Amino acid sequence: MITLRQLTKTYGRGGTAVTVLDRLDFEVPTGRIAAVVGPSGAGKSTLAQCINLLERPTSGSVVVNGEELSGLPEKRLREARRRIGTVFQSSSLLSRRTAAENIALPLEYLGVTPNEARARVAELLDRVGLADKAGHYPFQLSGGQAQRVGIARALALRPSILLADEATSGLDPDTTRSVVGLIRQLRDDLDLTVVFITHEMDTVRQVADTVARLDHGRIVEQGTLVELLTSHESQLGRSLQPRRGHAGPEAGTRTWFVTYDSTVVPGDWIQRVTADLGTAVHLLGASVETVHGVNTGSATLGIGTDDDARVAAALARCGLSGTPDDGPPLGPRASLGSADAVSGGFLAGAGRVRTGTLEDVA
Amino acid sequence: MSAVILPRADVPLADLPALLLPAYGETVTMVGIVMVVVLVVGTPLGVLLHNVAPGGLYERPALHAVLSWIISIGRSLPFLILMAAIVPFTRFITGTNIGIAAAVVPMSLAGIAFFTRIVENALRSVPPSIVQVARAAGGSNLQIMRSAQFSEAIPAVIGGLTIQVIAMIEYSAIAGTIGAGGIGYVAVTYGYQRFDNTVMLATIVILVVTVAVVQIAGDRLVRLTTPQKRLQHT
Repeated sequence: MITLRQLTKTYGRGGTAVTVLDRLDFEVPTGRIAAVVGPSGAGKSTLAQCINLLERPTSGSVVVNGEELSGLPEKRLREARRRIGTVFQSSSLLSRRTAAENIALPLEYLGVTPNEARARVAELLDRVGLADKAGHYPFQLSGGQAQRVGIARALALRPSILLADEATSGLDPDTTRSVVGLIRQLRDDLDLTVVFITHEMDTVRQVADTVARLDHGRIVEQGTLVELLTSHESQLGRSLQPRRGHAGPEAGTRTWFVTYDSTVVPGDWIQRVTADLGTAVHLLGASVETVHGVNTGSATLGIGTDDDARVAAALARCGLSGTPDDGPPLGPRASLGSADAVSGGFLAGAGRVRTGTLEDVA
Repeated sequence: MSAVILPRADVPLADLPALLLPAYGETVTMVGIVMVVVLVVGTPLGVLLHNVAPGGLYERPALHAVLSWIISIGRSLPFLILMAAIVPFTRFITGTNIGIAAAVVPMSLAGIAFFTRIVENALRSVPPSIVQVARAAGGSNLQIMRSAQFSEAIPAVIGGLTIQVIAMIEYSAIAGTIGAGGIGYVAVTYGYQRFDNTVMLATIVILVVTVAVVQIAGDRLVRLTTPQKRLQHT
């Protein structure tokens, strides 16, 4: 378990001081994978450096399994770092060392005998599925393989906490999926507590048990992944939904943006809503997937009635929640959707919550 | 010392080896001693300089400014001037101001300044994330400097070292003017001052071959220490 209490990090002094983390409270129970997301500049990398004790917080504390680590003197701090394994971005291997030698680095620093180190490295290589790549140099490894080496290195000293700091950034979707799968597997096998810091929402849906959103140095929203994905009101939940463009509406229909708002949405909800409303329901776009055994997703519908209250009620009966979307078909959502790739979706999320339309539903 | 008074005629070919070989030995001795001093002093100094800089492991901006300034002074003086300027210091260290011993002092000073910059530059080219990795792996500063920073920078350091050896051969010729001998000195006294074209040509050939050998050896070492270069052509 890792607990951050009132964690504050300020750079500089006096008038030019910048507070990057602002009395942040956060806790990840043992065996959980907690994703921390946030736009650039929200303090993600500073948070990562405070968690793995590379930076000392200005105030507040980092507590691992009940022991306060952030206040330790320099030498003990160095030892404490060994209890937290960090997976960095994929390019962080030493180029003149083989995969095995890279994994052995923390063991060398600790002063483990070469024989012991060799055995441990072999075990780790096996665990990350690279037993045949021990003698390969980083330039001979693919991005995914290099990252597996990075994970093995992070686990070399049997830490109880694994910190993944943008660990899948720069990897292609398939590789990301396999690296994420490995992290979940390792969590299950080794009962690791994982803090997964990223800006990629798609990765979060694959890896996280819980998600927290960091903004202006604080955790502003958090919950379990399923809770967030099945709550129409959650801004974080909405930014976690995959978003793409959708087809244009037919004449005489009104466009609705609908999300799964409960864990019990029936699979045939489109038919049910159609029957309930007695009018055409056009599917203009949708993305539905099963996350931790629960169906979640969102859809854009064209509905042939102006009676918003009736539509909302019909949706609610299926565990869905929607808002009419009067903009041009590829208007605000599509353009914000493209900003998504850069900002991690928060711009889009913020732009989408329009109080006026939400009140319409209510 | 190979400078003997000879009649104003070209040195006969048969006498060339007797003139050039001892001179060559002197050059090798001078450059050899200087390179040992430079490596022993310049390497830690370069690592220190890199790590007291902002962002380094022992951030001390004031110390970095002072060190950097001293090294820049050492680097900015033409070698001939530096050599003349520190004669009292040289005499204090070696008790003499002529000969190989006297040449080694200014050459070492200039060489250390040169090599410190080379090491600093090489370390700077190591991505900072590597240092973060090493710190997160629980490394002490000494371990990080050795196995992450310096180890990753080795090919760049060797590349710089090659340039350095060649520069030192050049300095040794200038140092020859204070009686340190060497192949450069022979080139100047016989070839240039006495218009002995045979000696001039012979020294040129020797220097060109020497520099080429140093360069080839340096390039090969860089290749051997860079896994990507070493393994790609096998």
